[in-house]
Amino acid sequence: MEGSQPETDASTAPPLAALAITSREHTDVTTRDVVFDLRDVDLYYGATMAVSGLNMQVHKNVITAMIGPSGCGKSTVVRTLNRMNDSIPGFRVSGEVLYHDHDVYASGVDPVEVRRRIGMVFQRPNPFPKSIYDNIAWAARLLGLKQNLDERVERALRGAALWDEVKDRLKGSALGLSGGQQQRLCIARAIAIEPDVLLLDEPCSALDPIATALVEELMQDLKKAYTLVIVTHNMQQAARVAERTAFFSLDVSGGKRTGVLVEYDDTEKLFTRPSDKRTEDYVTGRFG
Amino acid sequence: MSAFDAGPTLDPTRPLIAAGNLRRRRRMDLLMRGVATAAAGVAVAILLIVIVTVAGKGASQLSISFLVKDPSVGIGAVGGGIASAIVGTGLIVALATVMALPVGVLIAIYLTEFSTPRTARPIRLVLDLLNGMPSIVIGVFVYGLLIEGHQQAGWAGSFALSIIMVPLVARATGEMLQLVPRELREASHALGISRWRTIVGIVLPSSLGGILTGTVLAIARAAGETAPLLFTSSIFSNSTTVNIFGTALPNIPYLIFQDSESAFPADHARAWGAALVLIVFILIGNLGARAMLARQRRKIVSL
Repeated sequence: MEGSQPETDASTAPPLAALAITSREHTDVTTRDVVFDLRDVDLYYGATMAVSGLNMQVHKNVITAMIGPSGCGKSTVVRTLNRMNDSIPGFRVSGEVLYHDHDVYASGVDPVEVRRRIGMVFQRPNPFPKSIYDNIAWAARLLGLKQNLDERVERALRGAALWDEVKDRLKGSALGLSGGQQQRLCIARAIAIEPDVLLLDEPCSALDPIATALVEELMQDLKKAYTLVIVTHNMQQAARVAERTAFFSLDVSGGKRTGVLVEYDDTEKLFTRPSDKRTEDYVTGRFG
Repeated sequence: MSAFDAGPTLDPTRPLIAAGNLRRRRRMDLLMRGVATAAAGVAVAILLIVIVTVAGKGASQLSISFLVKDPSVGIGAVGGGIASAIVGTGLIVALATVMALPVGVLIAIYLTEFSTPRTARPIRLVLDLLNGMPSIVIGVFVYGLLIEGHQQAGWAGSFALSIIMVPLVARATGEMLQLVPRELREASHALGISRWRTIVGIVLPSSLGGILTGTVLAIARAAGETAPLLFTSSIFSNSTTVNIFGTALPNIPYLIFQDSESAFPADHARAWGAALVLIVFILIGNLGARAMLARQRRKIVSL
């Protein structure tokens, strides 16, 4: 028959046959400080429950991935962490979303301050229609980080592995950069104000494989200083970059479609020895 | 059994030229295309005819002295320049813009950034109604509000014109603000920037060109309005003055109206000349704003 590639046959392949997880150090990252602690969180859009019964912890200086099929609420969850859903009419949270033991949704909490500490990179690169320099310097200046601005901009661009490509045209428009460069500029912009956490909502879905590889490499550098949460459609990406992976799925019982957290574990265990049948079906490609 | 079982009724090997009722359909197609093109041509033709007529009758008047001299005064005096009316119109419209621009932009910001659908809809309706308000009604309203019992004054004319400009500025600005992608606002919010700072730093600069064009279009509309000035700034001396808060200011639209009613041919000629000056100002403003908009777009896209 055709070429004998056992991994093309998902039903007989062992889980993760196609996923190259490079050997990583086996440290237990769950002993690190807890940054986010979600307790019995339900998320609603109007009367519709989008995500229910969510309990999970995100640890410091760890890359945590959220995977799952479209519509399972993983983007909703990550946008809940820094209150980006506030502007969506009808959005509501029940339960506790604790960030360093502070409830993000407690009364008196200023969402602007929440987002200042918890930065975000979006699916589509969204640089401001300003110069490359101002894309990074603008927010820093407004937040009062005015000293050594040039140095801050350079540090952010170096941190995002973009400095060498743009150092000669810092005054040029950011919209003249390629998609991959724009996304790294958005990462530079986010880290320039030195947040505590970086949320990445499918940061590579609009990028080609080379740009994707650059961003993934960058994430490994960033986790030394930041806590990262990445939402991705791409299981291989989760397997490559994340130490911890959360698998979300859709619970369609009772005629309603609600996102649920099925399994949350070390990435290697989740992909090689999943404890839930739904996880196994998904990571081996048997999912619908 | 379906109707298609009989197989195709056309002969697929026939030459691929028009046949049957396709000839008639093709003629109809051509005819309608001609009618639509002609309608578009009418719009261009009307503008050209107006410009050519005004230019033909007014061009002979144009000279440096027409632009820098005041109308002749005294019993039986005719002719002279329109300097006082140019200065007056410039001042009245400038003050009207100063009043209307911030209000119009703030209304647009409220509508796109802060309103809910429940509050936005009635406000949009109000803006449309205001936009359709006859200018003579606005004139008489401002007369009752500011002039009755007092003297006419240029600033009252500005106020009346600003009422005409507000819905135009708000509409044009609102349309531009809506074009600013949500992703840009989110990017700013995600950096811990407040809503107002996002509007001032990201949303408004991104739509600056559109706001500018909308404003110039509103200025062009207001500069030619006569009815509001009839009530507020029509009893003026014919000498140049900048005392916009003290007296009525001479202005081009009313001067045209006045001169066209005059018994003297020299005044008629001055009316045509003034009309040409007004058109040229408005055309220059319009085209200039568009050029600036195009340049700003290029600046953002390239470089």
